Amino acid sequence: MAKAQRANRMWRNMNAKIAAVPMILTTLVVFVGGTAWTVLYSFTDSKLLPRERWVGFDQYERLWSNSRWLTSIENLMVYGVLSLIFTISIGFLLAVAMDQKIRFEDSFRTIMLYPFALSFIVTGLVWQWILNPEFGIQSIVRGLGWESFTFNPLNNPDLVLYGLLIAGLWQGTGFVMCLMLAGLRGIDEDIWKAARVDGIPTWKTYLLIILPMMRPVFITTLVIVAAGIIKLYDLVVAQTSGGPGTASQVPAMYVYDYMFQAQNLGQGFAASSMMLLSVLIVLIPWAYLEFGGKKHG
Amino acid sequence: MADLTATYSRSDAEPRGAKPKRALSGRNIMIYGTLLVFSVYYLLPLWVMVMTSLKGMPEIRMGNIFAPPVEITFEPWVKAWSQACTGLNCDGLSRGFWNSVTILIPSVILSIAVASVNGYALTFWKFKGSDIFFTILIFGAFIPYQVMLYPIVILLREMGLYGSLWGLVLVHTIFGMPILTLLFRNYFSTIPEELFKAARVDGAGFWAIYAKILMPMSLPIFVVAIILQVTGIWNDFLFGVVYTKPDLYPMTVQLNNIVNSVQGVKEYNVNMAATLLTGLVPLFIYFISGKLFVRGIAAGAVKG
Repeated sequence: MAKAQRANRMWRNMNAKIAAVPMILTTLVVFVGGTAWTVLYSFTDSKLLPRERWVGFDQYERLWSNSRWLTSIENLMVYGVLSLIFTISIGFLLAVAMDQKIRFEDSFRTIMLYPFALSFIVTGLVWQWILNPEFGIQSIVRGLGWESFTFNPLNNPDLVLYGLLIAGLWQGTGFVMCLMLAGLRGIDEDIWKAARVDGIPTWKTYLLIILPMMRPVFITTLVIVAAGIIKLYDLVVAQTSGGPGTASQVPAMYVYDYMFQAQNLGQGFAASSMMLLSVLIVLIPWAYLEFGGKKHG
Repeated sequence: MADLTATYSRSDAEPRGAKPKRALSGRNIMIYGTLLVFSVYYLLPLWVMVMTSLKGMPEIRMGNIFAPPVEITFEPWVKAWSQACTGLNCDGLSRGFWNSVTILIPSVILSIAVASVNGYALTFWKFKGSDIFFTILIFGAFIPYQVMLYPIVILLREMGLYGSLWGLVLVHTIFGMPILTLLFRNYFSTIPEELFKAARVDGAGFWAIYAKILMPMSLPIFVVAIILQVTGIWNDFLFGVVYTKPDLYPMTVQLNNIVNSVQGVKEYNVNMAATLLTGLVPLFIYFISGKLFVRGIAAGAVKG
């Protein structure tokens, strides 16, 4: 392609370059420039407006000694690990079930995936209602005669993350199931035939042959789900507003509150830079495996 | 390039798996049992939403949230649409709905126009450095929005667009760009290059090839992009809160303000009607689009 245009490349490619201006501006100004700007200004004591008074790592020290931030990080870790384990294992389990030449596959898929079309706000509000202690699951089980039954996660600081998890899994597992099912369907039929000829039971084939072969699908899913978890915000706002107390605070909420409510931009910048760092910790090893490995073979 | 979506449907048609056995084998009970249990989990909230929204408040206080209404009433829907209060005003969710519509239409059109041209340029008109920009773009999809929130506030303020409809449209265009560009690039790269070369020989230029050859050939992928953007933008909350003023708040933001407002008596039936109303647009898109929706969301998992 390049050869055909080499003659007077500058002139001929002009339209393509003009057409690429929005992309170039977005990548350079917003993605690279914006990110660098935020990281840079996290070293200032900006309050209501950004200002260039450099204070070194002060904002970060303040951040890591703020109990609300520490709670946010802890919550994110607990929620993140549980959410990853459950979305991926449930997603895989459902995909395997769907892959057994079942009837009504399309109906089951439609049912599993529709929550993914809904916003986190809708998800959070519905589950807030179902988990409502006065009317929801708790009151119904009590109404059945089990008077001492307690299931009130949204008002219990120790359980609130599980309340969020139930809603998060409801919204996201269908999506993971679809990715996994696509992975399963992409596996060569000959492998199944070979396993059958060798008399390996189906469950063993899944565990010992298919699972290792699906590694790329698992890694991609892991990265997508993990990147989504770090951004977790809307669901918490809708379902618990970060409460009870600060029990379900998450980093994205901390950032928003400091940037747009508390008028302490420096703190917000430092917190968001930490969020960026955590994404990089997930992303860089993945990118290295995914793209670095390709060049060698 | 392992296109997950292409392989997704391929083996549907081929016979596979063991020979069909008796319908009620232990294996089948386990498979269908698992799927049914999970289906209950997935369907339950929708059921509860619909049932609650059709009951009157007295019935809700007395009864069971899973039970169907004894007396069906559409009052909560009317109230959610036209009278629910957000603390600022009491003209219901209709305001948020129309705000979302006015945000949605230009955002979908602009973001898809820009991203499809990007994908086209990246496939057929590579220039020096184009792959670098593409890589940054894909990485950009993973950067937490929080890092870019404030710099964009400054940019929009400089342009005089902060708080306006067009500011938000621009934000949706920017953040929709990575995934949509990937989607279009991957689709365009399956189009035979000979076609492009033939058009070049016939003297067609950049825009002529895009509009007369590529676009008409690529309608399915445009539909996928529309599905992706309509649901994504409709469901957005963060950008709506940050980049618009209260009178322009999209439906999701207004819904949250209505339901989580601390003033007044909680009307759960109105809240659920409002929640359901907000979910109707993406649900409608989802149910009419079927497998195309799956294709859209799987695009994010396609390795470029």
